[in-house]
Amino acid sequence: MDNFSKTPLYEEHVKLGAKMVEYGGFLMPLEYTSIKQEHESVRNKAGIFDVSHMGEVMITGVDATRFMEKLYSNDVVNCPNFKVTYGFMLNESGGVIDDMMVYKFNDEKYFLVFNAANAQKDYDHIIKTMKGYKVEVEDLRITCALVAVQGPLAVDMVQAIVEDDIVSLKFMSFKEVKINGETCIISRTGYTGEDGFEIYTSNENIKYIWSELLKNPDIAPAGLGCRDTLRFEASLPLYGQEIDENITPLEAGLGFGVKFNHDFIGKEALLKLKEDGIKRTSVGIELLDRGIPRHGYKVLINDEEIGYITTGYMSITLNKPIAMALIDVRYAQVGTKVEVLIRNKKVKAVVRDKKFYQKTYKK
Amino acid sequence: MSKVVEGLYYAKTHEWLKVEGDVALIGITDYAQDSLGDVVFVDLPSVGDSFDKEDSFGAVESVKAASDLMMPVGGEVIEVNEELNDAPELLNEDPYANFIIKIKVNDLDELNDLLDAKAYEELTK
Repeated sequence: MDNFSKTPLYEEHVKLGAKMVEYGGFLMPLEYTSIKQEHESVRNKAGIFDVSHMGEVMITGVDATRFMEKLYSNDVVNCPNFKVTYGFMLNESGGVIDDMMVYKFNDEKYFLVFNAANAQKDYDHIIKTMKGYKVEVEDLRITCALVAVQGPLAVDMVQAIVEDDIVSLKFMSFKEVKINGETCIISRTGYTGEDGFEIYTSNENIKYIWSELLKNPDIAPAGLGCRDTLRFEASLPLYGQEIDENITPLEAGLGFGVKFNHDFIGKEALLKLKEDGIKRTSVGIELLDRGIPRHGYKVLINDEEIGYITTGYMSITLNKPIAMALIDVRYAQVGTKVEVLIRNKKVKAVVRDKKFYQKTYKK
Repeated sequence: MSKVVEGLYYAKTHEWLKVEGDVALIGITDYAQDSLGDVVFVDLPSVGDSFDKEDSFGAVESVKAASDLMMPVGGEVIEVNEELNDAPELLNEDPYANFIIKIKVNDLDELNDLLDAKAYEELTK
């Protein structure tokens, strides 16, 4: 286990008795008490996640906007300052190198947040793409720590430790604030479908924030286990499941993160895909018989394979076996009867929408 | 430290067996339920199904993963614990008080290959 990185909060997780697992090259908490309890804490009260494993870079320079237009599928030109957008770094075939959040400070300064498991690949891609642009890339992968505070009570708890007002901060917006005397980036964002915040700070200050917030009896430390069950119910994608280098954002139903009003890597391939017609698409699936649909299970119609489950669970909030699946677009209409192959048994299921859980963002 | 009960037989795949004559109750151990986390579904076989030793007879599914259930010895299913259909969490609450299936054992000699409480405790240390 010595080859894995640790976040600055590693000792805190061990002290809390977390079950630690390897994820994206880091030793991370899977659960402290149980996935179910932590999931319910986030839905009903609040939870705090250590997500310091995420990768971050700061892009600055006179060409920063022009560079971002090339690197990133979403629109940065028309994005107001201090807004966050979600989009993709794509390969030439339109497949996803990684999905990411982009924080626009101004036309010459952008903060990028991407997946830990892809951090080295992403960083290399950014460095390769920056040739010919007057930009600087500051690598913050190790020096920037991150916690997510999520749930209906998050706003009051976070406000209590921040000097500046954050109650009026809108969903997908950010600002720089002082916490414990140190300047931090705080955004009204998250990966759970609940209202909440993400706080970027130094490796030292994160310990202060973690322990201050956990003094509140209504907040639970929450692990990666429930992070996945929560994001799934909010039908948010996970890299490696809903998207990867061979799945385009258009197929994954994430076209909102792609704007064709600028030239980005992968644009030509996506335009061609649109012209030729998209062959597969992401849908919701609900089992009609007993079982749990899981990642990789085949989806069938009359014994013919029409796609596969990308993520599935016995939903904790809905208490139903539901999934997201990537299937042949001809069978994607809601109500289509399908079967999911579970341990060589065909289990009856139906195509449904992906609105598993009504998100509660503060727009 | 996981709980181990004296007097039961144990399989390396973390099932326990309680034998009375040629009939045995099969469940999962405390170690198994703790590793799995919240059990949310138990895939049970049907009464009358026959399995060889080390065949998969069903699955226990936690929030995060499915785990096959293996036959510690060969036999025919004579009862399944229907309670687990509505309350799979019973396996977390008391794994030794809640059996999964009851079988008629084919060959009692196969019990010799299983572990006793002490050996199983050693295995899961």
